[in-house]
Amino acid sequence: MKARYLAPLGIFMGLLVFLGIGLNLNPREVPSPLIGKPAPAFTLPDLNHPEVAFKHTEMLGKVWVLNVWASWCVACREEHETLLQFSKTGVVPVLGLNYKDERSDGLGWLKQFGNPYQQSLYDHDGLVGIDYGVYGVPETFVIDKRGVIRYKRIGILTPELLRDTIVPLVRELQGNA
Amino acid sequence: MHKLLLLLLICLFAGTSFGKEAAPAAEDPELEKRVTAISEELRCLVCQNQTIADSHAPLAIDLKNQVREKLKAGASNEAIISFMVERYGDFVLYRPPVKATTMLLWFGPFALLAGAFVFLFVVLRRRRTSQIEEVPLDDAERARAKKILESGVQPE
Repeated sequence: MKARYLAPLGIFMGLLVFLGIGLNLNPREVPSPLIGKPAPAFTLPDLNHPEVAFKHTEMLGKVWVLNVWASWCVACREEHETLLQFSKTGVVPVLGLNYKDERSDGLGWLKQFGNPYQQSLYDHDGLVGIDYGVYGVPETFVIDKRGVIRYKRIGILTPELLRDTIVPLVRELQGNA
Repeated sequence: MHKLLLLLLICLFAGTSFGKEAAPAAEDPELEKRVTAISEELRCLVCQNQTIADSHAPLAIDLKNQVREKLKAGASNEAIISFMVERYGDFVLYRPPVKATTMLLWFGPFALLAGAFVFLFVVLRRRRTSQIEEVPLDDAERARAKKILESGVQPE
């Protein structure tokens, strides 16, 4: 008899657990279909030197990190300090993809906040961004020596994420021939 | 007199201020119809409960332009949809495909409904049998009932 009255409470608790889990999931973290696939090909001008073209194949043989950023992106500012610290460690080359930005704005931003990038590529119309499935800047990709995307982060980088996920992954990839 | 003349002049020129005809929304309405049809199948990833046809987010506009460019280049609807899925995953489809991973999504609600019906059926059946169940009176109760019936007095 008692169990009968406790049942609704039990069901309610169960519902609470599910709703709690649902609230803590991030709907923006959409699994990327690009993981395990070759990084989309592109040729883009350098942000600093419009006349210099960069081709994605230049990074073959190296593990590298591609960070998508823009001067209009508020969250990029938030992760910037972390990224500066990270690129200083020199664990892995960090390249920037300046996404849908004005060249002068992008350059001004780097001047003001510091430049963590070995090189920034200038994707003015965002077409390379579309090829990489970019929809929420900042986004970060880890690409292996064979040019395959191994990891994608949508949203800001945190020191914990770098320490626990990205750095171990990079080390592992660098170990593999 | 001056005021009247001024008024007359204003009335005369009023018409010219909105004389321009609305420009057509698109150069090629047929193409635009196809762009919209495809856009309605694609989710805007910035504002996730809208299709890119509904959304004015910059990314949605870019994607719509991509759809338009590809249609102009002669791509089929399927080719454009798979172009988007390759980049953004199944999530970009406003109507998720039926796959092993989406079984729960598609059929979960029906399973819940069926479960609820089974539960209701069981509860109703149990209730009916428990109501019909007869509880025989013991001798003392029977004697008391008899007394009450014979006396015709309401029991307290």
